[in-house]
Amino acid sequence: MRIPGPEHFRSRLRSPAVAARVGVWLGATFGICFLTGLVSHYAQLPAPSVPFPASPSWGYRLTQGLHVTSGTAAVPLLLVKLWSVYPRLFERVDVRAGRQLLLTALERGSIAVLVASTIFQLVTGAMNAAQWYPWTSFSFRTIHYAFAWVAIGALLLHIAVKLPVIRDVLTGDIEETTHDRPTAVQPGSLSRRGLVRATVAAGGVAAVATAGSTVPLLREVSVFGVRSGAGPAGVPVNKSAAAAGVEVTATSLDYLLRITVDGREVGAFTLGDLRALPQHSEELPIACVEGWSASAVWGGVRVRDLLAVTGIGADRDVGVVSLQEAGPFRRTILPANFAQDERSLLALDLAGEPLDLDHGYPCRLIAPNRPGVLQTKWVAALEVTT
Amino acid sequence: MIGRLALGVLGALLLGYGALLALTRQDLDQLVEVGIWLAVGVLVHDGLLSAVLLAVGLIGRRLVPTAWQAPATVALVIWGSLTIVVVPVLGRFGARSDNPTLLDRPYSLAWVVLFAATVVAVMTAGAVRSRTNGRPLAGPEE
Repeated sequence: MRIPGPEHFRSRLRSPAVAARVGVWLGATFGICFLTGLVSHYAQLPAPSVPFPASPSWGYRLTQGLHVTSGTAAVPLLLVKLWSVYPRLFERVDVRAGRQLLLTALERGSIAVLVASTIFQLVTGAMNAAQWYPWTSFSFRTIHYAFAWVAIGALLLHIAVKLPVIRDVLTGDIEETTHDRPTAVQPGSLSRRGLVRATVAAGGVAAVATAGSTVPLLREVSVFGVRSGAGPAGVPVNKSAAAAGVEVTATSLDYLLRITVDGREVGAFTLGDLRALPQHSEELPIACVEGWSASAVWGGVRVRDLLAVTGIGADRDVGVVSLQEAGPFRRTILPANFAQDERSLLALDLAGEPLDLDHGYPCRLIAPNRPGVLQTKWVAALEVTT
Repeated sequence: MIGRLALGVLGALLLGYGALLALTRQDLDQLVEVGIWLAVGVLVHDGLLSAVLLAVGLIGRRLVPTAWQAPATVALVIWGSLTIVVVPVLGRFGARSDNPTLLDRPYSLAWVVLFAATVVAVMTAGAVRSRTNGRPLAGPEE
């Protein structure tokens, strides 16, 4: 079989006029993805130089929901964008062109980086949202973050290279043919405008079909959401007690919540002790990095009330240690501004009933505006360092 | 021109920063796996998916009557890309027996129902088009 050349692709739908218009939508989704991704990465830093704010309590829920939803909507946009420029993959390179050859190589290299990194980001992101981790060695969080910079950088470079064409085709009529390949003359089954509209609609359908995991109004519509929203006390579970290996320790009658200062124990509370302290109720969302979220009413003891027994100033970050014996989030840092926020609870109840074992029984952290992985479950100790 | 150059330089810098992050924060064997994933993603798209789409286009233009071609294309764009989007939930690859709250919807059923609804919508739209305007659409696409 002969390798085709760009001239063999004759549809006039495969044109810069279509590519640029779909590209505008794609660029918007990538922009949202990139910025919300930076927010999420920042929210997970253990010791940021500028503290992540505790308000609004729904902030992370919004940004991470936007992150996953805009990434999902980007898939149909990317597929049609790539389809519209696919013939260019087969453009022949004149190897005797000298300096021009270097420029061509650079441009094609940057396109290769752009295509590879965007496909990679959307594929690994979609897998992560469905908690499917088929890769064996690399860290999703590190690599997804690094390639976000690669993809957005390659995108800006691509826009800079193509700017004259983009400007021409966007200011001209969509049916203009000035920048078309000479053989791209056969009308397609749709008009160009029809294809762009169908593509944007496809992005919208993909978003609506999945966003119900984080948008309560869409719960019944999002037939492909990763979660229906059902779970113990009406809240889904990210990691079960069985998966965390805490079924025995969390239900032990010897359970004690320890509070330490520089490793020295200054307080120890049984579950009964915790229940005897002043109880408070807060409506706060649990919003996971995978994009799903749920708002719920939590009841329990204020973290700052517990820290008061240490007699130490309010400006300290607090180490929150879980009963789970392994995993990157076994011990998390609750920055001082969260620890002193009156909405931050060591929750004992969810929706008016004692916490389910899978929700972190006997007690879990719930603080406003935090990624779910940092809302430590099965809390064993609060550690303050002077 | 200055703005364009600045945009290009900024893009190259961000790209380089990302590459540096990847190179300094992961070991060689991890980077090799990332490289494989990057390459396979491009190969699956450029080699497999694009070839399948070309074949679908060629066959569709011969088999699908003219009045039905536009609705069929719209359906292919929406339903086809949605199918790719939902592969991870359709396969329920991340499902865990200890966590019934994860991937807890009837995804395959939803997909089949949507497929049936799409076919019905295309048939209806085509029938309406062939009866009303009957405007002959253009011939083979490419």
